[in-house]
Amino acid sequence: MLRFAAKRLLGAIPTLLLIVTLSFFLMRIAPGGPFDKERIVPPEIEARLIHAYHLDEPLPMQFLRYLGGLVQGDFGPSLKYKDFTVTELIAGGFPVSLRLGGIAVLLALIVGVAIGTLAALRQNTGTDYAAMGAAMTGIMIPNFVLAPLLTLVFGLWLSWLPVGGWDGGVKYMILPVFALSLYQVGFIARLTRGSMIEVLRTNYVRTARAKGLPERVAITRHALKAGMLPVVSYLGPAIINTITGSVIIEQIFGIPGIGRYFVQAALNRDYTLVMGVTVFYGVLIILANLAVDLIYGLLDPRIRYD
Amino acid sequence: MTVTAFPPSISPAEEIKGRSLWSDAWRRLLHNKAAVVSIVLLLLITLASVFGPFFSDFAYDDVSWDSISIPPDFASGHYFGTDDNGRDLFVRVMYGGRISLTVGIVATLVSLFIGVIWGATAGFIGGRVDGILMRLVDILYSVPFIFFVIMLTVVFGRNIVLIYVAIGAVSWLDMARIVRGQTMSLKKREFVEAAHAGGVRTATVIRRHIIPNCLGPVIVYVTLTVPNVILLESFLSFLGLGVQEPQTSWGVLISDGARLMESSPWALIFPAVMLAVTLGCFNFIGDGLRDALDPKDR
Repeated sequence: MLRFAAKRLLGAIPTLLLIVTLSFFLMRIAPGGPFDKERIVPPEIEARLIHAYHLDEPLPMQFLRYLGGLVQGDFGPSLKYKDFTVTELIAGGFPVSLRLGGIAVLLALIVGVAIGTLAALRQNTGTDYAAMGAAMTGIMIPNFVLAPLLTLVFGLWLSWLPVGGWDGGVKYMILPVFALSLYQVGFIARLTRGSMIEVLRTNYVRTARAKGLPERVAITRHALKAGMLPVVSYLGPAIINTITGSVIIEQIFGIPGIGRYFVQAALNRDYTLVMGVTVFYGVLIILANLAVDLIYGLLDPRIRYD
Repeated sequence: MTVTAFPPSISPAEEIKGRSLWSDAWRRLLHNKAAVVSIVLLLLITLASVFGPFFSDFAYDDVSWDSISIPPDFASGHYFGTDDNGRDLFVRVMYGGRISLTVGIVATLVSLFIGVIWGATAGFIGGRVDGILMRLVDILYSVPFIFFVIMLTVVFGRNIVLIYVAIGAVSWLDMARIVRGQTMSLKKREFVEAAHAGGVRTATVIRRHIIPNCLGPVIVYVTLTVPNVILLESFLSFLGLGVQEPQTSWGVLISDGARLMESSPWALIFPAVMLAVTLGCFNFIGDGLRDALDPKDR
């Protein structure tokens, strides 16, 4: 298993190289530069600014310089947020994004699997239809519709919860987490229902029930283990969707995470910050996919790593 | 003894009417209420989006300072009300539907085109070619695509054709995997072997035998890709990176509506409902098709 993980991590190098190269050259062919929108500075000062950030060097040289920094874990200085390095900005925003996204994924997993299992156990009854109707509703309503509606109802009309902001407390997390996880809850519930219906018909579940195991044990210890497999393989995309969603949710609720920076940074031509965020999330996705593969192996003993 | 002719009604050609996979599937689909309702609703939404704007007294970019933010009202002809520029929202929602549905279909076709060719080639040729092509798909799987789509819109400006291509170009990976899997299992079948033995060229085998037989899963996946693509476009438009004013899409309208929701909630509700219903319809149709085309359920 260790060898498999090591091999996968080595295999991730071309992926990262592709992400770095693409984002570097895409940003550089964009018209305009990072210092365009600032108040007019004398040309000598602008020239020195450009020189200070090595933007006057030939592109391949800049690219190599950036790669060299990356290898040492240095994302370079932000071009817009003066006095901050990209590493500092990411380190400041990531704990917030991680907390928000992590709770959203976890919640989606627990609630989604619970709803899906319940629906599968009561297949074609009112409970099943209600659960699947609710799941479909979650899938149908995009988070950027849900978020403003939630702030309108719970923030403005009822004044139960703050409409935005962040102090790390539960009160500020409820609405964003809900908006971020509803789609995943619906999707995971449908996946779970589908696979559980098949698993519940298998011989080993019948055996477990026949030998007198309590229903709860037969379900949780025997059926769920196999029934979770499609959900586990959806975890990779779920994490990507959550990262994508956080770009919008953090903006709507004014949460100081990483997602919020990205769009503004791209519009401002903050080259280093854009590349930093993209590469950082690329690494995160690679690690998440690796973790998913390893969990898959734990759940399904037929899978061998070689 | 006289030999009477067969009555024409039982001529052998009519006696046995084959039931193809497709007519079976079609029959099963028609039994699925959710799918049928979705098909009808989707047709209505499409027709309204295409032809609706012709029948209204207002144009989608008519700014009118006399009728700013009026609520839905049948007397004045503003069925969905107006926005803060006095533009009729009924026409704008229909017009936005045109853009959103077009993006959904065109971008899905782009992803279909790339994914089918990629997957069929990898699965059919196999060996080293398969290894390289699928390794590339693996690499692309870990790329945070949304960031690249945002970068593309920043680089090339907010151009609608670019949005079609960019979204399509990032949504073909699953399609390639599905088609590859199907192709690999198909190519060992006897009729493909027979075609090869008969001296048919590889390209023709792919076109004539492999692609038609992959069609079932591909159609299901296409119906499930369209709503994802529409969602992605709305997402970009919501961030202000999609379609440009005065043109509009459901994402743009929702973004405007969210801004105005305290004073004029109708500006958010109508486009949001249209988007949600459309997404739901595609999902239900996709589910229905999957059940209809899955021989396990017969």
